[in-house]
Amino acid sequence: MWMTELPPFVPFFIAALLALITRGRTRNLILLATPVLGGLHLWLDVSPGIVSSVSIMEYSLELMRTDRLSLLFGYLFHIATFIAVIFAWHVRDTTQKVSSMLYAGSALGAVFAGDLITLFIFWELLAVSSVFLVWARRSERALRAGMRYLVIQVSSGLLLLAGALLHYDQTGSLSFDYIGLEVPAGFENLGGWLIFLAFGIKCAFPFLHNWLTDAYPEATPTGTVFLSVFTTKVAVYALARGFPGTEILIYIGAAMTCFPIFFAVIENDLRRVLAYSMINQIGFMVCGVGVGTALALNGAVAHAFNDVLFKGLLFMSMGAVLYRAGNTNGSDLGGLYKSMPKTAALCIVGACSISAFPLFSGFVSKSMVMAALIEQGYDYIWIMLLFASAGVFHHAGIKIPYFAFFAKDAGIRTHEAPDNMPIAMSIAAILCLFIGSHPQTLYALLPWEVEYWPYDTTHVLSQLQLLFFSALAFVWLNKQGLYPPELHAINIDAEWLYRKLLPEVANGVYSSSQSVRRRLALSTKTSLKDAAKTISDTRFARLHLATSWPTGSMVFWIAVILGFFLLADVIH
Amino acid sequence: MSASDKKKHLFDDPRHVSLLLRVLYVICALLFVLDFVLHRHTKLAWEELTGFYAIFGFVACVTLVLVATQLRRILKRKEDYYDVDD
Repeated sequence: MWMTELPPFVPFFIAALLALITRGRTRNLILLATPVLGGLHLWLDVSPGIVSSVSIMEYSLELMRTDRLSLLFGYLFHIATFIAVIFAWHVRDTTQKVSSMLYAGSALGAVFAGDLITLFIFWELLAVSSVFLVWARRSERALRAGMRYLVIQVSSGLLLLAGALLHYDQTGSLSFDYIGLEVPAGFENLGGWLIFLAFGIKCAFPFLHNWLTDAYPEATPTGTVFLSVFTTKVAVYALARGFPGTEILIYIGAAMTCFPIFFAVIENDLRRVLAYSMINQIGFMVCGVGVGTALALNGAVAHAFNDVLFKGLLFMSMGAVLYRAGNTNGSDLGGLYKSMPKTAALCIVGACSISAFPLFSGFVSKSMVMAALIEQGYDYIWIMLLFASAGVFHHAGIKIPYFAFFAKDAGIRTHEAPDNMPIAMSIAAILCLFIGSHPQTLYALLPWEVEYWPYDTTHVLSQLQLLFFSALAFVWLNKQGLYPPELHAINIDAEWLYRKLLPEVANGVYSSSQSVRRRLALSTKTSLKDAAKTISDTRFARLHLATSWPTGSMVFWIAVILGFFLLADVIH
Repeated sequence: MSASDKKKHLFDDPRHVSLLLRVLYVICALLFVLDFVLHRHTKLAWEELTGFYAIFGFVACVTLVLVATQLRRILKRKEDYYDVDD
């Protein structure tokens, strides 16, 4: 079609430019054609092993480097963009159209980046282009959440840049390959740690995760769908390339699978529930990267692939609900299956996929990570992930569809979402089912060579038992009245540190410094007054030397002096 | 509007809800019984326990919800909690 060395982000940036100057159907067709043509080109013409770079001021930026790992994410991002563009077909807002293309292009740029500087450039572009999808909601809350998101994302980029430079200083290389934390040991390897932290922020490591739960639910109905695809998956890709087999990732990943599910159970905003559930799913991937065997790494990237589809599907269904019902609060919704049956059914497909029901996509990838953990002897981590698996079903698999579409009838009578939305969701749902029932198709694309087959009696039976008894627990808890009701409330999280504590401390410091300043000013004023009074009481006061002179008299005396000099000059 | 209001929907009838629940109970019972019939290839000692996955799933979810309910007491704030000082 076109030259194989053309970096995949280029068509997307051109499409973003065209989206600025075109409108309506023409623009939509351009945006739809971009991932289709780009994806076909990548699939048919581009093979692993291509390297192409450009030189800027004697520095060579490796804009394209293909191998099976980067190609897999490349295919994924094209498919996801295709689906998201259809989902956003009805949107007329130029800001969103342009920024979503720039954002998708930046993700492709990052994934195909061969060196750390190129990665840094696209890392920052991801941040800057995506924030407009939050701001496009055009509310005060979204503006503020977007600002916080931007600060955190840009900081991640700065850490990456600093880390890259230190890494260069140490190793003499900027190529984006295995980085690791081991050599040299400890904080001698500051560069590696900084890069690790930069990836960790975008990956939503514990305590660094609140940008995700803060900003994603504030974005536009369609914007969140784009957001859910790219940033975190680029980060997972980066970890898989830079830090495979880094043991600390296993523990970080296990923590990520477990803690968000508690928040998800008591969260009211269903899109925020999905944001927490996203951290939980990334936890499985991070765990897989940490284990670092071929099976685990394949599991991690396969799960990233599947997560984009089923999490995208769930975010789309909640986007459709937001679009029609005006909110996604569990407390205000219910009974929507009556007006939005298609959305409800498609949401359930997404819910089954994320819960890893056999024949749905989550099952065929999550099980790889679990199997790898047992293989390597991480029994307790495996138990944590098993707990998280039951928890996923509980909060994402049951809670999301139940409170939005069933539960009590909230009396909302609306229409089914506009046609483009169910079409986009159907494509995602079909892919979820296809991958779940034909896992060999996905396995054939995976970067590492390994034999694995998820469907055996043991595995199917144990997973079904786990899930159905989790469902039973949900029913039982509801019947007993033990299930926490959906409430209009928020729950504080690590973000409390910078959204509450830090501002309060800063306010405290400011107001106490203000009162110190006031007191200081007052005491200076009184002592000056006292001094003035003392002087005015002396004999000098009579000579008008100690009183304050008006500016007018000063001007007068200067005029007198100047006049004197002029006169003297004339006479001379 | 009024037409769709009057229309009877699937779960408006409580019999349908209880039918669904009964189906769930039967499936659960069947799955538990299958543990005696089929042999699971176990790799860990825990797994050998009959009904391990079933019991684990139930207990995990109940624990999750009960702990989360307690956590809510500590973590819950008003919706405008972060907006107050703005």
